[in-house]
Amino acid sequence: MLGKRSKQTANGTTTMYRYDEFDHEFVNARVAQFGDQVERRMAGEITEDEFRPLRLMNGVYLQLHAYMLRIAIPYGTLHPRQLRMLAHVARTYDKGYGHFTTRQNIQFHWPALSDVPAILADLATVEMHAIQTSGNCIRNVTADHFAGAAADEVADPRPYAEILRQWSSVHPEFSYLPRKFKIAVTGAERDRAAIKTHDIGLHLKKNEQGELGFAVYVGGGLGRTPIVAKKLRDFLPQEHLLSYVTAILRVYNLHGRRDNKYKARIKILVHETGTEELASWVEAEWQALKESELKLPEQDVAAIQSYFAPPALAPRPEGDEVVRLAKLDSRAFGEWLGQNVTTHRNPDYAAVTISLKSIGETPGDMSDSQMEAVADLAERYANDEVRVTHEQNLVLPHVARADLKAVYDGLVEIGLATANAGLISDIIACPGLDYCALANARSIPVAQQIARRFSSLERQRDIGELKLKISGCINACGHHHVGHIGILGVEKKGAELYQITLGGSADENTTVGEIIGRGFGPDEIVDAVETLVEAYLSIRNDPSERFLDVYRRVGPAPFKEVLYGAEARAA
Amino acid sequence: MKLLTANRLSDGEAVWYADGLWVETIAEALIAHDKESAEALEVIGNKALADNLVVDVNLIDIEIIDGSIHPTRLRERIRAAGPTIRNDLGKQARIQQAA
Repeated sequence: MLGKRSKQTANGTTTMYRYDEFDHEFVNARVAQFGDQVERRMAGEITEDEFRPLRLMNGVYLQLHAYMLRIAIPYGTLHPRQLRMLAHVARTYDKGYGHFTTRQNIQFHWPALSDVPAILADLATVEMHAIQTSGNCIRNVTADHFAGAAADEVADPRPYAEILRQWSSVHPEFSYLPRKFKIAVTGAERDRAAIKTHDIGLHLKKNEQGELGFAVYVGGGLGRTPIVAKKLRDFLPQEHLLSYVTAILRVYNLHGRRDNKYKARIKILVHETGTEELASWVEAEWQALKESELKLPEQDVAAIQSYFAPPALAPRPEGDEVVRLAKLDSRAFGEWLGQNVTTHRNPDYAAVTISLKSIGETPGDMSDSQMEAVADLAERYANDEVRVTHEQNLVLPHVARADLKAVYDGLVEIGLATANAGLISDIIACPGLDYCALANARSIPVAQQIARRFSSLERQRDIGELKLKISGCINACGHHHVGHIGILGVEKKGAELYQITLGGSADENTTVGEIIGRGFGPDEIVDAVETLVEAYLSIRNDPSERFLDVYRRVGPAPFKEVLYGAEARAA
Repeated sequence: MKLLTANRLSDGEAVWYADGLWVETIAEALIAHDKESAEALEVIGNKALADNLVVDVNLIDIEIIDGSIHPTRLRERIRAAGPTIRNDLGKQARIQQAA
């Protein structure tokens, strides 16, 4: 289902994937079906109770001020023509902007219900849809945003994400799970896909014989009960990917709780059952499945892998010299280069992070004109590829080093050249109470105020890597549990209050942050963050010791002391 | 004191009930000053939901401060005034311009 075939570009390299005839028919049929459902709803032929599950199956939520449409971006990979279509949607049906999410998707916050069928029809022309972006099903499979470009990658995780996507699309057995289900895949030791915060996390690696397979983690998740995933298997040969994942889903579908939505995620099942016991259930299911039609034939895996073959990047050895001269000419370019440009597997090339965290702007938001401009840059300089990161930024994965200055200049023109990737102002923030019907407090204004407080890039670089993440409610869409500094907005006596957690991380050493003490009001939270940062700077051994390293070395006491003083000592 | 609020079915716009019609500004909303009036609003809300005019119908608590309607919960104040960000757009821009 929703299988894709490769497309040859003008220079003969395989860079992108296209629907086949069946996929077009399927998606168009869904668009027509939902169009009919919307029409019947508007005519009053079906009630809201009847309509709600139908709209959710098509990514349409109702928020505070309007409907919201969430559109899937499989493993965060976008072709420029798709980004242009998103610009068209923003301009034509919304208020001129879209919001990239922590699941590598995009959502529009202002579409009229009556326009959604037309939006979906437009999206279908560029092979996009909103199916399975909501509901208790397998959601968008996410992956390392540097996949296929990263120098430290063992293998590209996207072919496996694509296999999982095809397998999970409208899967009849797994369309009504106890709760939503999220899968992430990484192909490097360094986890950039937060796999241990997912229902299933897959780490693609090689065994001693050089064969590809997966370490399989199960039962991770954030929300009101944050739990780090447990390793179920250290090495699952790649051909068993679908049979093993199916076995896990079957165990979950059978034993997962349906009586209480707050206890329905697989993390609760793993926690209550115990990893060993659950692993034995999965193993029993798997034994019945492993030699079935779910076993992946080598040639099928190879066929999917060939779709993700590395692009034929022309030699550009002049890059080092061009970059050296450009740095001499522009200090700001040098700073951006140091912060937002990542080593590529090809030494003539680099991966560029486009920060959607300009100081004072909404994290993850992008205007229609910025989308158009980035699509232009991707076409001209980045082999027709754009990636969405789970940290709400974009990536151009294959840029010749010789073209970096031109890309930088293009980003400066559209206000997207902020050199803050991985720094304190590169904040993940959920939409919060400014948009979301579930939120209890605002997230975005807090993120904006913190970014403004630390607006000096020199100061940010001195502080070093610091992941700050903000959620406006306990559902934790802003990943606050795994922020080096996490902020959770709650409502107390009718007012916003912000709790701070410290020491979380979402990398290969994932940890859940610890609540540091009583919360802070909206007028106090930025000062509190600054106090913590100043404390870190005074404690660290040297600039190479990151905030997280210091917290792990000294624990919460010095941070409690600076925040609460005598109150902390008395506790 | 209470008001009746909902989102319009066709576009999701936040609306408030104002004596026979649903309006886009809270200032025009009909206020229920007692239990009986609140119950009457609830009946109107249920009918509007059944008639597919609106969705997510709720009675909300308000106060009158300096002559203006002031929802008790921040959530409802934001619904009434628009997001507290992007003051260049939508309802929040219109309110700013009017002020």
